[in-house]
Amino acid sequence: MKLHEYQSKQIFAKYGIPIPKGRVAATASEAKAIAEELGGRVVIKSQVLVGGRGKAGGVKLAKDPAEAEQLATQILAMEIKGLPVRKVLVDEAAAIEKEIYFSITNDRAARKPVMMASAAGGMEIEEVAAKTPEKIIKLHIDPLLGLRDYQARDIAAFIDLPREYWKDFNKIAMGLWQAYTQTDASLAEINPLVITKDKRLIALDGKMIIDDNAMFRHTDLAEMRDLDEEAPAEVEARKYGLSFIKLDGNIGCMVNGAGLAMTSMDIVKLFGGEPANFLDIGGGAGADKVAAAMRIILSDPNVKAVLLNIFGGITRCDEVARGILAAMKEVKPKVPMVVRLVGTNAEEGRKLLADAKMITADTLADAAKKAVAAAKG
Amino acid sequence: MSILINKNTRLLVQGITGNEGLFHTRAMMAYGTNVVAGMTPGKGGEWVDEKIPVFDSVKVAVDATGANCTVIFVPARFAPDAMYEAADAGIPLIVCITEGVAVQDMMRVRNYLDQKKVRLLGPNCPGLLTPGEAKVGIIPGDIAIPGNVGCVSRSGTLTYEVLYALKLAGMGASTCVGIGGDPINGTNFVDVLEMFEHDPQTEKVVMIGEIGGTDEENAAEYIAAKMTKPVVSFIAGQTAPPGKRMGHAGAIIDGGAGTAAGKVKALEAAGVKVAKHPEEIPLLLK
Repeated sequence: MKLHEYQSKQIFAKYGIPIPKGRVAATASEAKAIAEELGGRVVIKSQVLVGGRGKAGGVKLAKDPAEAEQLATQILAMEIKGLPVRKVLVDEAAAIEKEIYFSITNDRAARKPVMMASAAGGMEIEEVAAKTPEKIIKLHIDPLLGLRDYQARDIAAFIDLPREYWKDFNKIAMGLWQAYTQTDASLAEINPLVITKDKRLIALDGKMIIDDNAMFRHTDLAEMRDLDEEAPAEVEARKYGLSFIKLDGNIGCMVNGAGLAMTSMDIVKLFGGEPANFLDIGGGAGADKVAAAMRIILSDPNVKAVLLNIFGGITRCDEVARGILAAMKEVKPKVPMVVRLVGTNAEEGRKLLADAKMITADTLADAAKKAVAAAKG
Repeated sequence: MSILINKNTRLLVQGITGNEGLFHTRAMMAYGTNVVAGMTPGKGGEWVDEKIPVFDSVKVAVDATGANCTVIFVPARFAPDAMYEAADAGIPLIVCITEGVAVQDMMRVRNYLDQKKVRLLGPNCPGLLTPGEAKVGIIPGDIAIPGNVGCVSRSGTLTYEVLYALKLAGMGASTCVGIGGDPINGTNFVDVLEMFEHDPQTEKVVMIGEIGGTDEENAAEYIAAKMTKPVVSFIAGQTAPPGKRMGHAGAIIDGGAGTAAGKVKALEAAGVKVAKHPEEIPLLLK
């Protein structure tokens, strides 16, 4: 689950990381009111769950409340990389002396969290990483030991932070580590962490991504999920524990297992078709989950044929067949369906579907070819 | 010969009384796997099908039955504890089928298990199958026959496709190993390729990868440097759309590695034949 900047910064503040004064607004008049409250110059920042907001013109400086209102009107009317801006964050403007990059993320290759920092913070950090990687420190943290004080000092020294800031930096580093572990984040990023002209360290911008698999112990964070930012079908899919991504093609795909789901898409494309979605029903899906998956696929008007490829392991083909029958009774699909059942209880599953007027296939290539042909009519 | 499991494996099932645990325990026994014990906290003293004793703790189960491998079917939130318990009880091989374990949990588990020198397969994996001898996990037994092809895969069901395609072509497997598709897992491609390289029964190897991470690139390096046996591969996700990315940390860490095209290129440079779709694999093995 991706968090907005304002949400990430609320979490940072909870763990003792200083953030600018400010609040989120959904209308221009609210933005004006917040600017009046803060007094002086403010920054109007679009809140969308995608990178590159600054470069797209979604972050603007306002010298007074009137300009804040005017800029908020503009920004709230924008779309950034296809996402409409629904909220803006109105923050006090900081006088910046220096910008630092600072983050923690999972390093899957090292199987450890990695803390990264660079004195060359700001919007060009990926370019720094590509061209002058030696300017970024990457420090692995033992997940059983946690971040140690000496590691925070090593980072401060590497980024040439003047010693007068080391104590405050240590608090921020420990706060970032706490924020990352206590929320099961896969990313906690401050970019930039700034030194202000009045000698303070402040997290000016923040991004966090929370591990969906850990949401069971973060019910408080679940409320932060912004359903407006997701396609309705994807919200519906998650409710049933399905992994679904909508695509632009016309062949609906329902598969068990992410690897096989991707392969089924690959092979549809190999034989000249275009997948309408990625859909993994997961392992051990019951009939109700399968029925939900079928409803979601068939709710896409672009879908001209459906390919069901189930290779039973922990998933039982008879359960899947029951789900298909339940969904068909309810939705009454008008498009051809190609089904292939192999593996655990495949025989029983095929018997259940014998009267359902579906196109059957034995091999994956055969199923893909039949689905491509069916979609062409 | 085979790798990791054979007919002498003495298997414990953690979560044996759950819906999935029970179903697959029966399937493993029907296949001939030597299931010696089950474990579900609070159900110690019960029996499964009047054959398998159930224990409250892994330690007690190991002491009573000499189990030397465990397979885990417990829900995701309890899986880390199940892995710690198995490692502390001294079981040298843990196979975790459970899907959806939190990543930070897995980083702690993996670092703890490494200290104990315990081998973990998974999580989120289909387990192991040595055709004709034993299966540990959920790979359907009837889709593979004994033979000389070693299989290793990050995916579950995609592995079944490949085993089934091999069987239809009259080819058999020495052992099939599912290492799991999660970002942090216990055993990687290079570990398993090394075992196949040293296994006398294995003459050829099939490696099934997918997008994300750098495990396939590392495998390509190992194959070029150390492997004498031919390797055929397939990489899933050639048409997967790129996710909407946020934050820079991911890009700094992998520097753009992990695409299907990049993996295919690395493998082909190492002399690996890469199939266009899974059913093409038997042709490339001939």
